[in-house]
Formats: sequence, structure tokens, C-alpha cells
Amino acid sequence: MSTLIRHGKVVDEHWAWITADLPEQPAGREAPARVLLPLAVWLARRDDLDPQHAGVWLGPDDEPGALLPWLADVPLVAIHFPLFTDGRGYSLAHLLRRRHGYTGELRALGDVLVDQLALMAQCGFDSFSLRADQPPAAALAALAGGLRSPWPGPAMP
Amino acid sequence: MYRYKQADQRLVEDRVAQFRDQMTRFLDGRLGEDEFRPLRLQNGLYVQRHAPMLRVAIPYGTLAAYQLRKMADIARRFDRGYGHFTTRCNIQFNWVRLEEAPDILAELATVQMHAIQTSGNCIRNITTDPFAGVAADELFDPRPYCEIVRQWSTLAPEFLFLPRKFKIAFAGGAEDRAAVRFHDIGAIARVADDGRIGFEIFVGGGLGRTPMVGRPIRDFLPREELLNYFEAILRVYNRHGRRDNKYKARIKILVKDLTLEGFIREVEDEWAWTRGGPGCISEATFREMEAFFAPPAPGPAAADDPDYLAALAGNRAFARWVERNVSAHRLPGHAIVTLSLKKTGVPPGDATAEQMDGVADLAERFSAGEIRVSHEQNLVLPHVPRGQLPALWEGLRALGLASPNIGLLSDLVCCPGGDFCSLANARSIPVAAAIQQRFDDLDYLFDLGPLELNMSGCVNACGHHHIGHIGILGVDKNNEEWYQVTLGGREGSRAALGRVIGPSFAAGQIPDVIADLLEVYVGIRHEGEIFIDALERVGLDAFKARVYGTERAEGGEA
Repeated sequence: MSTLIRHGKVVDEHWAWITADLPEQPAGREAPARVLLPLAVWLARRDDLDPQHAGVWLGPDDEPGALLPWLADVPLVAIHFPLFTDGRGYSLAHLLRRRHGYTGELRALGDVLVDQLALMAQCGFDSFSLRADQPPAAALAALAGGLRSPWPGPAMP
Repeated sequence: MYRYKQADQRLVEDRVAQFRDQMTRFLDGRLGEDEFRPLRLQNGLYVQRHAPMLRVAIPYGTLAAYQLRKMADIARRFDRGYGHFTTRCNIQFNWVRLEEAPDILAELATVQMHAIQTSGNCIRNITTDPFAGVAADELFDPRPYCEIVRQWSTLAPEFLFLPRKFKIAFAGGAEDRAAVRFHDIGAIARVADDGRIGFEIFVGGGLGRTPMVGRPIRDFLPREELLNYFEAILRVYNRHGRRDNKYKARIKILVKDLTLEGFIREVEDEWAWTRGGPGCISEATFREMEAFFAPPAPGPAAADDPDYLAALAGNRAFARWVERNVSAHRLPGHAIVTLSLKKTGVPPGDATAEQMDGVADLAERFSAGEIRVSHEQNLVLPHVPRGQLPALWEGLRALGLASPNIGLLSDLVCCPGGDFCSLANARSIPVAAAIQQRFDDLDYLFDLGPLELNMSGCVNACGHHHIGHIGILGVDKNNEEWYQVTLGGREGSRAALGRVIGPSFAAGQIPDVIADLLEVYVGIRHEGEIFIDALERVGLDAFKARVYGTERAEGGEA
């Protein structure tokens, strides 16, 4: 079970991460209250979904600009890191925050490790679904004490 | 020289603590090998053939005397009494202990140095002309821009996990002494007709497995847009560069796949979002950076110093050293002096702790306490009054650093090779030594004139063999060391990649092969024509015919 950190605190997970199309619900079981859908599925099914209960996640290849018309309303955007050494997600986060002005929750998902959390936060992530083996206390400490580039870049909006 | 601000100093100190914690977690098993690898690489720590190697950053090749003394101190306390200056102007310690690496980083932090991003898939140490700020042919000093890019790229959070390593070089002079066309981004100083300062930008150059000359992507980039534009290039690369095959992951492959026009379009589209925005560098920042690099107070300078002129006229060895190792300075009565780390029998680029201390002393006496490192693996004293050249020369002779061979055949560039590096296919140092021993006659070397010979122990090309007029590449054939020879490589504005002349040779054959090539050159050259120009004029055939027209090639393999 992976830990979720949001705004510097360990919190409960309320979202079901759907990695393919929405599954058929087996009879007798309740559908998850909130689902986190792949971008393509979210775009295709958007009209059928309860907007407050359908978040969207991007793979490293996805184009964040595709979300532009709905960014003000989408309750959660997540970016998947298939491997922690795959740095594309940092650029996607930068684009969503800086270029497209997304102000909602931005979550890192997948191979999310303690030693990269501060970098992710600097690119605009504010929630982190840690890889299952990552110690939550160390993660909180890493987020509180990250190193920063000496270059005073433009402030994060 | 740049002096750390509080933010820089805090960063290097915090970085030591961070890496010490990561090392502790690795050693006690809490951090796995795969998770630790990129962390240690981004702190300069490689696992090598005999011992870990620590690569220390020398930003744009500039060192203060007290920093060089610290290198000597580290060499004595943590290594075997010497260090190796690299073709990227860094210094490597080849015999460190893994668990002592955080202690070495702590020592570096005391002299405003570090090993951050000297390896790994990130933006590496920024390099420039070793004569920056003092060259007579300079348009403007590139170091303030190097420092801006150094700060910006250090821990730039978006760009620490790129598809592959990323190298940036600046040149400020009419002549490119930084091989900028062989970098992922190369920037050459330009002044527009209306007086605006900026850079011509090249992208996708590099050596290694797939050598390419950088392509021009922008004739003139105004200096205030430097970071906006670099960020656009990096973002396009980070998002779209290949990650499925590390041999196709450099930006040069992306440029090829998108075509130059397609790549330029992507970068311009990306740049359009930030152009003129808050990421522009302010005039105040430029002024602040330029102040750090203001020239030192000139020394006691007289162009016709009588002692200097007497030594020049009466001492042939001194005159030869001046001819080869002393370059024109921006200020009259001053000189730029190159210290040869290419003494016969010493691995190219190596310096002992005693030599480093000695150079630090000489830099304080004769060069305003400043030293530069060149990508040809030599050291440079940039601010020497001409009248003090005889005294400096005596001091350098005592240290074994006065070989008058800069730019000549024996000033060869060479990676550590199979003696140290676990990537190498073949040794390079013994072959370099054999060449230096065979061609040790100064009269002959002076007669041959400028000639660049570069050698690498494997296709990763740390010895930059593709840009040597003569290049030698170590290859592995059935577990035997063989050496492939290329001709016609060149850096500077007429940059070109060397071409392979034919089947490779055994190590013992290499000095004879070089001798043949040199004899062909001596036979065809016009008055005053240097090796590479003669070669470009007549082509490779005459050289090939001579080398392969003998029995020798039979043992070789393609």
C-alpha cells in the first residue's frame, strides 16, 4: 500500500487509479467514489462522468495542452513516472503549472522516491503517491528540506 | 573570478549533508543500487576498474590558487598523490574510497567547489575558452554567461533526469578554443550591427559513438534571452529525446530524427511562450556578473623588458618555450602562458600534488592567483607580465611543467583508457607514451609545426579522437587491443570529423604508422602549410597508400 502525501501531510487515499478503460463493475460491488483516469479515457468519457469525481492522469508521452479547456474544473491531475529516471514528468508539471496556469492538485504517481520529492515539488507537484517501499517519515523530511538551484528563477505562481 | 554568494555556499554545504545521508543509506542497505546510482553519479562518483573515481567540477575551467592547493591536499589525503585533468576541464581522482567521498565533497565545499552534475543524465560542467577574458582576439568575455548558466543549470529541477548527458560550451573569441561545435549546445559570442550583445547557437554536436558537428540553429540570440532559449531547447529534448536506447539518447539523434528544420520549429514554438517574459536576464544581473570577472590590476608591464629580451635572444630553450607556450594577451606587456601537462612519460593531463602546489605558488607570484584548465588537458596562467616570463619559466622547469610542446605532436590529448576506466576497450596511456618517446626530438617537432593528436580508449571518445588531425581509437577484437587511425579531424570554425583510414593496428605498430603519416606530410607540404591544411588539400589517399603499402597492415583488422 503506497502512502499519499498532500500539502506536506500523510493523508488517506480517496481516488482509485484506473490504468486502462473504466472496468465493468462486478455485480454487488460498489463503484469507487472517485476515479483517476488515463487522459485518453478521460477525454473520451468526459460527458458521462461526474466532473467532481473523475480525475485525470498523464503518461510521460501525453500532451498536457489537451486538458486546457477543462483545467479550471478538473479536480485532480496526476503525472505518472514509469521509472524515477524518466524525467519527462517534470516538464509536464512545469507546463501545467507555469504555462497553463493549473492551480488544482498535481500528483506524482508511480516510481516516486524520497530522493526526488523536493525536485518534484519545485516543478509544481503538491501531492505524491509514494512507491510502496518508501518510508513516509523520510519523505516528509525530504519535502521539508529540499535543495534549491542558486539561480533565482521566476517565482512559481 | 566568481565568489560564492550565500545561496551558493549553503547549497554546496547542504549537498554534502544530503549525499552523506544517501551514502549511509546505500551502505546500510536502505537505498538500493539502482536508486543510488544516479545520485552518486550526480555527485561525480563513478565505480571504476580499480577503485571509485571522483570527478570534481572546475566551472568553465577557472581555478584560484587556493582551490588548486585544495586539489593537491585531496590528492595527498584521499588519493595517491596526483589528479587527472580531463578534456572537459574537470579534475578526476582515480583512487578514492567510496565511503570517503562525502568527506572529499566537504573539503571541496570549504573552497567553493563541488562535484555536482559532473556525471549523470543532466547538464554538465559548462566549459569555455581557457583564454577567456584575456585573449587578444576576444569579442567579449564569455565567463559571466558561463556563470549565469552554471547557476541556472545547477539543480535545475526540471532537467536532472534528461534522456542522456548534456554539455554546453561558450566561446568569446574570433577563434573557437572551446570546441563549441562538439557540444550539445555551443554558443559563440556575436555583436550585432546595432551593438547588441548575443550569441550564435549550435546544437547537437558531440563525439562519442555517433560523432557529429553541431548544427547552427540561431544566428543571433540576444543575451537577455539566453536562459529562455536554453530552457526551450532542454524542454524539447527532455520531452522528446529517445529514452529507449542510451546510444540514441543524445540530443544530436533527436535533431536528426526531427530534421534540423523540424527541431528549430519545436524550439522556436517553445521559446515563443517565454520570449520577453520574466525569465529574461536583467541588465543589473549582467552588470553584477561582469563585476566578478573584472580584470585584475595589471602587473609591472613593459613590452620591451630588457631581461625578457635578453633571455629571448640568448637562451634557445626559453625562446622555444615562448614560441610554443606563450600566447598574445589583451593587454600590452602581458602574456598568457600554457603549462604543458604532456611531459614525455607522464600520462597526459596528470599532475602531482607537488606540481599543483607549485603551480598555485607560481600563479600567486605571476598570474594574479588565477589558473585555467584547457580542454587539451593543460593548465594556463592567464595574467603574466612579459618581464616575469624568464622567472616563471625557471619555476615551471623545476616542476617539470615547461615542455615547449603546446600545439605540437607530443601535446597529445588522451583519456585514462583501459588502465583505469571500466568502459575502455584498450589502454591509451602506454600508446601515448610510446608516441611521445618516439617523437621526442624538439627540432623535428618544431619543424612539423602545429599538429593535434587525440587518442581515446573506446568509442565514448573522452580523448576526442574524432577531432584530432590524427585520431587514434582503441578497439577490442577478440579480447585483443587494436587501434584504429582517423585523419582530418579539426576543431574551430572549420570543424570536421576525422575519417578512418583503414584496418586497425596493434599497439606496437602505432609509432611507425605516425612516422609514415608525418613523412608523407613533410613530402607534400607547401612553405608554412600546417599538417591539417596539407591533408585537406591533397586528401587521404597519399597517406593511406603510404601506411598500407607495407607488409605491416596484414595483421590488422577492419
